[in-house]
Amino acid sequence: MTRVLTVENLNIGFRSEGRELPVVHDVSFTLEAGKTLALVGESGSGKSVTSLGIMRLLPPPPQSRARGKIILHSDEDIDLLSISEARMRRLRGDRIAMIFQEPLTSLNPVYTIGDQIIEAIRSHRAISARKARERAVELIDQVGIPDAAARLTTYPHELSGGMRQRIMIAIALALEPEILIADEPTTALDVTVQAQIIDLLRRLQAETGMAMLFITHDFGVVADIADRTIVMYAGQMVEHGQTEAVLETPLMPYTSGLMRAVPELETAGLNQGELQSIEGFVPNPASLPNGCAFHPRCTHTLSGICDVPPVPFEDAGNGHLVRCKRWQSILENAE
Amino acid sequence: MNELPLIQTADLKQHFPLHKGLFGGQGPVIRAVDGVSIDIPRRSVLGLVGESGSGKSTLGRAIMGLSRPTAGTMTFDGIDMARASSSELKSLRRRMQMVFQDPFSSLNPRMSIAETLSVPLRFHNPGLSRSRRKDRAAEMLERVGLPGQYISRFPHEFSGGQRQRIGIARALIVQPDFIMADEVVSALDVSVQAQVLNLFGRLQRDLELTMLFITHDLAVVGHISDFVAVMYLGRVVEFASTRELFSNPRHPYTEALLSAAPSPKSANRRKRIVLKGDIPSPLNPPSGCQFRTRCPYAVEDCSHEVPKLRELSPEHKAACIRDDLSLAPATQQ
Amino acid sequence: MTAAVEQRAASSTGSDWLKSRTVKRFIRHRLAITGVIMISLITFMCVVGPWLLPYNMLEIHIRDRFTPPLTGDYLFGTDEMGRDLAARLFMAGRISLMVGVAAMLLSTLIGTVIGLVAGYFGKVTGTLLMRLTDSFLCFPQVFLLLTLAAFLQPNAFMITLIIAATSWMEVARIVSAEIRSLRERDFVTAAKISGASHTWIMFRELLPNTVGPIIVAATLTVAKAILLEAYVSFLGYGIQPPLPSWGNMLNNAQQFLDTAPWLAIVPGVAITAAVTSFNFIGDGLRDALDARSDMP
Ligand SMILES: Nc1ncnc2c1ncn2[C@@H]1O[C@H](COP(=O)(O)OP(=O)(O)OP(=O)(O)O)[C@@H](O)[C@H]1O
Ligand SMILES: Nc1ncnc2c1ncn2[C@@H]1O[C@H](COP(=O)(O)OP(=O)(O)O)[C@@H](O)[C@H]1O
Ligand code: SF4
Ligand code: SF4
Ligand SMILES: [Mg+2]
Ligand SMILES: [Mg+2]
Repeated sequence: MTRVLTVENLNIGFRSEGRELPVVHDVSFTLEAGKTLALVGESGSGKSVTSLGIMRLLPPPPQSRARGKIILHSDEDIDLLSISEARMRRLRGDRIAMIFQEPLTSLNPVYTIGDQIIEAIRSHRAISARKARERAVELIDQVGIPDAAARLTTYPHELSGGMRQRIMIAIALALEPEILIADEPTTALDVTVQAQIIDLLRRLQAETGMAMLFITHDFGVVADIADRTIVMYAGQMVEHGQTEAVLETPLMPYTSGLMRAVPELETAGLNQGELQSIEGFVPNPASLPNGCAFHPRCTHTLSGICDVPPVPFEDAGNGHLVRCKRWQSILENAE
Repeated sequence: MNELPLIQTADLKQHFPLHKGLFGGQGPVIRAVDGVSIDIPRRSVLGLVGESGSGKSTLGRAIMGLSRPTAGTMTFDGIDMARASSSELKSLRRRMQMVFQDPFSSLNPRMSIAETLSVPLRFHNPGLSRSRRKDRAAEMLERVGLPGQYISRFPHEFSGGQRQRIGIARALIVQPDFIMADEVVSALDVSVQAQVLNLFGRLQRDLELTMLFITHDLAVVGHISDFVAVMYLGRVVEFASTRELFSNPRHPYTEALLSAAPSPKSANRRKRIVLKGDIPSPLNPPSGCQFRTRCPYAVEDCSHEVPKLRELSPEHKAACIRDDLSLAPATQQ
Repeated sequence: MTAAVEQRAASSTGSDWLKSRTVKRFIRHRLAITGVIMISLITFMCVVGPWLLPYNMLEIHIRDRFTPPLTGDYLFGTDEMGRDLAARLFMAGRISLMVGVAAMLLSTLIGTVIGLVAGYFGKVTGTLLMRLTDSFLCFPQVFLLLTLAAFLQPNAFMITLIIAATSWMEVARIVSAEIRSLRERDFVTAAKISGASHTWIMFRELLPNTVGPIIVAATLTVAKAILLEAYVSFLGYGIQPPLPSWGNMLNNAQQFLDTAPWLAIVPGVAITAAVTSFNFIGDGLRDALDARSDMP
């Protein structure tokens, strides 16, 4: 269990019409070598902003501001938020790599994939073009694309979505980073291809021992890939724990609500009646509800309790954290 | 069940020439839909699933009469669309409506909701006065769960889920018999998706609608449909009632799709069949069974001829030559 | 992503949201505002100026020939016949601006209709119309203009027609490109399913979504039309004296460049001011409307 990254009280805000709009509030977690942490939540909950914040890829201040600590543990601890841009650029791609949802827009259409992989290697390592080329072939092979050497000369548009995502993974892994951040890497793909990519990422993680931060909105994917899981709502962590615990005994009404809102394959065709939806929609970060941000949509809400701040992020045992004032009584009622 | 199905297609084909030969010659052809025969019984929901590019939307558009099929027939309520007179077509058009995938591009940004909802009435019920149209629009808006006074707002003032409700209202305002819904919840957040699915289910039952529900999400299909058709490379490879399909899949592709859908509950964890490679190009699909390049059960015979969609039991058809397989269901029984 | 759009959608109120944003962006555009102020001033002077001045533009004051500007009652001096240059300039401005605006209206109308039809009916009709547009674009516009002007009776009305006839292509191209991308949107398919006619789809569904680019192009066309009118009149094929236009004032000034340079400078500055102002406004509008591209 080696920690490779610690995020402490990360707060991120964007400047909008003269004031700062906070979109990520007090996010804290650690990444461990060989383990995967999933970040789950609906659109706009701050998953991508958190990950871009770690990569320092947000628009520069004053358009956006990140506060808190992001510590990369290696021989010495480096706080990513306080190092220079030049130093960050050296770490980016080398020690921390990232893949995105839409592999077509992340690849440059005018260069062959061979050029792009070789460029990724040579921009950080002083090695010969031939060596880099060999490494590129090896990588393409490693991500499960047959005929690796011949693929070097193909262009991104000649590849299917799944293949492009494999190439993105090859580029991300080119320098054997300790951390891979994957922002919804399978959302744009078909289920059969998604299964391939998840298998691939798991295999590569076992081989290289990298830590993964995996962003998704699909609890099924979470169950498949993550050791620990964070559920985000309106920029806050609302539940955090071992994946098994979060999925089997969700403590935050939002988590259980989300899980119930998805139809299950197992009961297909049984006419189960209506899905249990969560009414209303995700609040605007500019005007978050007082107290528990989820209270206007929560079926367990109690006025006078839930709408009064603060709502602490409590440990419910075994490192299972939950941001809900009533989790205990909800749990008791369920039993 | 002897009632005539509302929608019947017979060997429907939709091919797209890749680039027209300079002298009208035949260039390469994309076989987006390649011989589909399906029936949609009245008042039932047919779910259409398949990977992207398998031809679901193209089939849906051909059924809606938005494109002229290359071959085959499409029959609505016993009337062959290709032979219908123009007055028949006009009334058929009213009876078939559609809801779109993208909640952002499916509403005209320059039209208020009242105007948007009035367009179908203006053309399909020309007798209606302006104020009656507006009343109907407001009624319909409330029916899909939005306050009637939102009627004078513009699309950008609504969230994705709300826009999808407006799209549903537009389709229902002319009292159609049939609705084609193409990936209508794919762009929505999980919690909103459930709201919209519930709305669809409720309206379908209350208004006795017949529906073609296109999606790539098996769980959604399992929830909303009475029957399911699985498409692969332009063909239907399996067709069955929903329960039957999920509990007793008879085509290896269906099995693979079911097994690939991830489930959050550990008790439901299935053995995963990870298919090799990608869906082949519809430009030159494999000979014989089109699935054979990825099928884990493929044998020599599979490359010889295209397997027919055979009736295996009432309400269950599959296009696979191997009857000896016992494929894994999605459900425990 | 959709997140941002939804957030905004859920938070914004009233349909003036887009308008106000656009207006705000335009107001922040310094050059555009300068353009608006200059054009307002020029227009105001051309409309009311002649009444404020002591002299009529046709009054001849033989003794005051070639009076330099700012001398006596003559704001901009006088010409070779002792006519008040200021009065002539403002009257000429009426003609030049009117020709510019009328030519813009006409060419925008032609260009919009052709672009709309070409963009909407992709296939044969569209291809033919766009070929026609392209072939018009192949000729140098000034050459086309002069050829037509040489054959036709040169008066203000004709010049307007001719300028319009040779400058609609830009708008046609912009509109047709815009329509071609819009017609693939789902809301157009939805209108078809609603039973809407082609005319309805073109004019009610598509056209309102292209007003932005049309307005920008139209503004720039005014500038171009003013310049073209000046050019043709300067060469003597345009508006004929004694009716003054900025162009034929320049034509007239040529012979006296040494002795009375103000005769050329005054209308020259007027033309430049008007043309650059319209160009600034056009640019400002383009920038202001552009951020709308992130809108669905
Ligand atoms: N550059 C920006 N300027 C202003 N606000 C932004 C910016 N980028 C993101 N936001 C806001 O930050 C919030 C979080 O966005 P983020 O992209 O992290 O969501 P997400 O959880 O990744 O959602 P999705 O599932 O849609 O990817 C949203 O309210 C979004 O509108
Ligand atoms: N207008 C068209 N011209 C050429 N090819 C098309 C056209 N429409 C669809 N296709 C092709 O037909 C196939 C099926 O597409 P589609 O019906 O959209 O699939 P799905 O909806 O299942 O994702 C794809 O290969 C697609 O590229
Ligand atoms: S704090 Fe109250 S409103 Fe918030 S999730 Fe818990 S019960 Fe619901
Ligand atoms: S016919 Fe052969 S290749 Fe096709 S699905 Fe059946 S077993 Fe697989
Ligand atoms: Mg995101
Ligand atoms: Mg589709």
